[in-house]
Amino acid sequence: MNTANIRSEISQCLRDISLVSLLKGLRRTVKNLVLPLTGIVIFLFIWQIAASNIITSLGQFPGPSDVWQQSKTLVAEHYQERQKAEAFYARQDVRNTKKLAKNPNADVKIRPYTGKATYFDQIFTSLYTVMFGFLVATFIAIPMGILCGLSENAYRAINPIIQTFKPVSPLAWLPLVTMVVSALYVSDEPMFEKAFLTSGFTVALCCLWPTVVNTIVGVASINRDLIDVSRVLRLSSPVYIKTIVIPSATPLIFTGLRLSLATGWMVLIAAEMLAQNPGLGKFIWDEFQNGSSSSLARIMVAVVTIGIIGFILDQLMLALQRRMSWDKQAILR
Amino acid sequence: MKKNYLEISQVGIEFPTEGEPFRALQNVNLSIAKGEFISLIGHSGCGKSTVLNIIAGLYKASEGGVILQGREVDEPGPDRAVVFQNHALLPWLTVYQNVELAVKSVFKKTKSKAEMRDWIEHNLSLVHMDHALHKRPGEISGGMKQRVGIARCLAMQPKVLLMDEPFGALDALTRAHLQDSLMDIQSRLGNTVVMITHDVDEAVLLSDRIVMMTNGPAASIGEILEIELPRPRDRLALAEDPAFNGYRQQVLRFLYEKQRNPAAA
Repeated sequence: MNTANIRSEISQCLRDISLVSLLKGLRRTVKNLVLPLTGIVIFLFIWQIAASNIITSLGQFPGPSDVWQQSKTLVAEHYQERQKAEAFYARQDVRNTKKLAKNPNADVKIRPYTGKATYFDQIFTSLYTVMFGFLVATFIAIPMGILCGLSENAYRAINPIIQTFKPVSPLAWLPLVTMVVSALYVSDEPMFEKAFLTSGFTVALCCLWPTVVNTIVGVASINRDLIDVSRVLRLSSPVYIKTIVIPSATPLIFTGLRLSLATGWMVLIAAEMLAQNPGLGKFIWDEFQNGSSSSLARIMVAVVTIGIIGFILDQLMLALQRRMSWDKQAILR
Repeated sequence: MKKNYLEISQVGIEFPTEGEPFRALQNVNLSIAKGEFISLIGHSGCGKSTVLNIIAGLYKASEGGVILQGREVDEPGPDRAVVFQNHALLPWLTVYQNVELAVKSVFKKTKSKAEMRDWIEHNLSLVHMDHALHKRPGEISGGMKQRVGIARCLAMQPKVLLMDEPFGALDALTRAHLQDSLMDIQSRLGNTVVMITHDVDEAVLLSDRIVMMTNGPAASIGEILEIELPRPRDRLALAEDPAFNGYRQQVLRFLYEKQRNPAAA
């Protein structure tokens, strides 16, 4: 066989390979892109038809196009508000420099801008409130779960309490948490808003349980052989927990954490409505009270936003789990 | 040879069940000399593993007891290292870290950091695993995992090495390799070994004595067979050795004539 022959054969091979990979790529695109998009389009279509048949006292129920309009308005309002803030600070600066030019010892005041919170401010408030509640819950839930998983006696003692509080709705906790925060958090220069703490702790109380329960199961199902290894090595309790208990419970701890975060995000909206924490919950409540013709569409924007953020939070937890997991082959979904 | 290095005397054990307690072992007596290689053989469910777990201290005998070098065994400890059937390596630690965990818990006070590192590497090279120090158990083969499990135990410098069907889950070729490795290591280090096995050839090839157990419940030691084959033993030469085959037949006769498998009967 001469060189030219070999060369033509190689290029033929390459063409075959690229054709095959092209077909495979096409199939992947169909599976990963076209199918989800089809689902979304069909959903939007049904939504539009349903919406055009529902008339409420606040007008027509918003269809996708109204919601799209309102989401653009909300973004525009955000930029307007930011421009106002900048203009305010610019004016303040000008005023202050003039004052200082006249009299270098003048008492210059810098006041913060106190415009209304924009939609993005509210999203941000919701996010850090839920993170606060979720972190508080995590710091309680994981140690509690490990304790109950390791000790049969602790489990017997604590399990009835877990089972009793697990099904309690956030709305039941909220009045109690509100009163307790008001009574105990008394300070002249509060670091946190009371509404923030109330919402955060309510979230914590409700999203504690999935992590506790899953951690218990994870810790209690450690491989017997590994327990025997730790006994033969006479590992001390801290070393045992660090090298054997936590790594083997990690997958279930993460399952619990993801459920907790999802629960926390749901609870948060309800808590913010009632506690008047300036997040997405309050946004919905205010729009509802406002009752303008665009209110329902604006609430629907919030609904979609809440859904998408919930999805993103879960994906972030999944990414974190992938990073922390020792078993890179494990299929996580 | 003094035979009271490890002494199992009058050991019996009962496990609580819903009804009558289940008596697994009764009157187990065995004296083992330092440096001896003992195999425990018997049908499934006869309590071989229970004997091993009692020596390890993982189970507590209901009566009788185990004395190692004049001291009673009442809890598990690194002087009685156990090689588990399914390697029992920590899957989230590398090969090196798995051995390190054992070395740290045994030699924390007596070895410096550098000494510990050398010791870990030395033991892993004994089992020919020094090429994969930083691999996780999931990335190496079953035979390699078992080698690491053995290295972990050797690194503890145990008085007795307890092996619970160490090669049971491996294919025949890998098993043969590991048996040769184990014979080689044992001849160099002079470990005292108690090994459970199902494999008659393995028992005859490796052991100084084969302890044959009767069927449970209330299992006990049926017969003890001394294997007086010269060491080092070579599996190829022994395959045609009449003495080797004689021992094999004695064990087989015990297992399949005197103690017929209750499940097969």
